[in-house]
Amino acid sequence: MTSLTAKDKAVVKDFWGRISAKGEDVGRDALSRMVVVYPQTKTYFAHWKDVSPNSPNVRKHGVTVMNGVADAVGKIDDLKGGLLSLSELHAFTLRVDPANFKILSHCILVVMSIMFPNDFTPEVHVAFDKFLASLALALAEKYR
Amino acid sequence: MVVWSEQERSIINSIFASLDYDDIGPKALCRCLIVYPWTQRYFGGFGNLYNAEAIKTNPMIAAHGIKVLHGLDRAVKNMDNIKATYAELSVMHSEKLHIDPDNFKLLADCLTIVIAAKMGTAFTADIQAAFQKFLSVVVNALGRQYH
Repeated sequence: MTSLTAKDKAVVKDFWGRISAKGEDVGRDALSRMVVVYPQTKTYFAHWKDVSPNSPNVRKHGVTVMNGVADAVGKIDDLKGGLLSLSELHAFTLRVDPANFKILSHCILVVMSIMFPNDFTPEVHVAFDKFLASLALALAEKYR
Repeated sequence: MVVWSEQERSIINSIFASLDYDDIGPKALCRCLIVYPWTQRYFGGFGNLYNAEAIKTNPMIAAHGIKVLHGLDRAVKNMDNIKATYAELSVMHSEKLHIDPDNFKLLADCLTIVIAAKMGTAFTADIQAAFQKFLSVVVNALGRQYH
């Protein structure tokens, strides 16, 4: 996949700046959606008694993940370096199959489209999709 | 065999009954061409696709978006037999249009996102699940006759 152009980074930072106040809401909705639309993802949360979309654990985890995305926006100029420890976490401890990064990315994009229909233009969509793909790549860096 | 619950049938029928084809069709196709620019390879004869603005104002693309969206109508009316319903269309996409079937999923994702923007919070997780299930059956059927 291609790396992020200067324009991509500018678009991502600008869009994030406008929506970051709602970042936690985005995270909560994205994670809740994911366990409903892609039930196979629930296998990673078998240690929670309640893996329903309204479960406080699921919603709280959505916030955790989105905070990671927020952090990545700040490190957009060096995602691999900036996300090194997160990659190690995902590689050695969590061992989430990287296919799921795509799934969650899609859910994040859907939520952004719902919450910010006028701001989430095709131009913003492509930049953010590229950013999430680069993020996923950086997260999978330490896998093998 | 694809099994549809009553709720899923109701969701799909409801979405398409209130769908503004003239609005959603063009938006979905434009978004696909902008977000996944390699899909433009199939639109060589469609005029100016030079940048996002050109794509969004291109009348041939808009018309085609409406056409493609209406292509889903037969699937909605034949939910229990989408594979057979689309056999001919699948052959056409393979033999005449030569479209890489991986691209069907890209357009499906863009359609999901455009409908999400239109429906807002009414596009709940359950509705998204049903809609994406419907689209994945369609995508599957369209790729079925490739050889």
